[in-house]
Amino acid sequence: MREMIVKGIRIDDTFAEAFNMRATAVVITADSARWARQAAVTMTGFGTSVIGCGCEAGIDSELSPRDTPDRRPGIRVLLFAVSTSELQKQLQNRVGQCVLTTPGSACYAGLQGEETLKLGSALRFFGDGWQISKRFAGKHYWRVPVMDGEFVCEAVTGLTKNAVGGGNLLIMGGSPRTTLAAAEAAVHAINAVPDVIMPFPGGIVRSGSKVGSKYKASASTNEAYCPTLRGAVKSALGPEIGSVLEIVIDGLTSSAVAAAMRAGLGAMIKLGPKRGALRIAAGNYGGKLGPHHFHLKDLLR
Amino acid sequence: MKPLVLTLRTNPDERLDLSALVPRRLSGRTADEIARLELQTGRQRVTVGDIFRVRGGDSRYVRIEGGTDRFDQVGQDMTDGEIVVEGEVGSQAGRSMAGGRLVINGDAGRWAASGMRGGHIEITGSAGDRLGGPLAGEVTGMRGGVVVVRGDVGDRAGDRLRRGTIIVEGRAGAHAGSCMIAGTLIVRRAAGPLPGYLLRRGTVVLAGGCVELSPTFLDCGVHDLIVMRLMAAFVKDYSAVAAAALRSPLRRLAGDMAVLGKGEVFCAGA
Repeated sequence: MREMIVKGIRIDDTFAEAFNMRATAVVITADSARWARQAAVTMTGFGTSVIGCGCEAGIDSELSPRDTPDRRPGIRVLLFAVSTSELQKQLQNRVGQCVLTTPGSACYAGLQGEETLKLGSALRFFGDGWQISKRFAGKHYWRVPVMDGEFVCEAVTGLTKNAVGGGNLLIMGGSPRTTLAAAEAAVHAINAVPDVIMPFPGGIVRSGSKVGSKYKASASTNEAYCPTLRGAVKSALGPEIGSVLEIVIDGLTSSAVAAAMRAGLGAMIKLGPKRGALRIAAGNYGGKLGPHHFHLKDLLR
Repeated sequence: MKPLVLTLRTNPDERLDLSALVPRRLSGRTADEIARLELQTGRQRVTVGDIFRVRGGDSRYVRIEGGTDRFDQVGQDMTDGEIVVEGEVGSQAGRSMAGGRLVINGDAGRWAASGMRGGHIEITGSAGDRLGGPLAGEVTGMRGGVVVVRGDVGDRAGDRLRRGTIIVEGRAGAHAGSCMIAGTLIVRRAAGPLPGYLLRRGTVVLAGGCVELSPTFLDCGVHDLIVMRLMAAFVKDYSAVAAAALRSPLRRLAGDMAVLGKGEVFCAGA
């Protein structure tokens, strides 16, 4: 594989292969930023991969009171799934179990679109007949009586079918410490990019997978990138690599994913090879499965 | 944009139907053609030219200079554009309005905004009875849009309101929000007796309290609800004083238990 050296870091001439997904967004508010975040963290828990979690979910951004409908601190959460029906199910379950239950919370549409998913329209039945519908300025809200007052929830939120899931960066370093430092720098930079999430813990995944398994499983460990198997399998790692981490990126648009990957690459290059990554690559399936190809060399321009 | 201007020449001898003078119906007509439009409601023919001096302009913006309580149905069936009346109007102003903006810089008669489905009406003076209410035989009143009355309103404001928002910056007469089905009625100053009479659903906010509330409303306590913040954010574009009244904790009374009882009246203070 050809490669480039940028400020001492080897950049593979390869690309991240990403797929079309369905996505939606909600804005969660609460009396304090702490409780808005608590609701968002709970709602996006166990939302790392569609393979085992049904959806990929994460926090897109924190919103100041002036940017939320009820002028309270807020968090924007994005959810991605492979089908509209699964996304609807995940949205309803997660908002119902994690946001409705949070003290003082309210939930609003975080995405506008011609197509919509039910939000409050699905959760209103918790009100057992005491729920109240209100419409202001073209928006429809449901008020559901709960033990600390009312849960206010917008009736619907937007759905996009042009979302992109599976943008990624493979970060290789000399040790777990420096590799993690590079990944953390990338995550920090990507957090500033709007309309994307990194669904894995802290934005980072250490168990990159390949398709298939010798057992009855759809995915299994990607042994080519496991440093402890370097001598036993056809490894993709050179002798200088002691640890590999991956950042997976889902975005509402292809350009958002590209912007996020560009930001992550830039942050790791800025950190340099001594304190961070020695080599950066990206994962793909040969380009035959996913319609979105994010070439690292293009992102460096 | 230079508006189409209709300046009052003389007060009419009879009630007139001004529903022809909406942007949609004036579009593409010359000033002469507009002057020949008939407005009479009786047997005697009365044209626009008999009553107004017509100055041509963009018919999306109509300015009526001078008013009288004999001008009925101003802005009826309006779908777009803007009508500004400098003076008072008669009954059914903005009747069945679906869009656009109607400004009455004066008083309006009975049934203003009756059957309204969308758009925005602003009445800088006062409005008569049954603001937004249905005409005889109709099942529902106003079904959408926003009405702001800077002055007072008569009896039964918001009668059978189905959807939309009515904001009254002054006082309301008896039975404000009577028989409401949904929607929101906000009265900033005192309301007359029995507000929310036979209220089925919907929200009535009485920021200035009321003379007498029906015993069929049940006290649910004082609350500072998130929905009031949403309502205030929406209302402030139309009435800053009404929005301010929504930002304090309000007492919620559920009712009217004489009927469905899914409505609510919010009162300020104790």
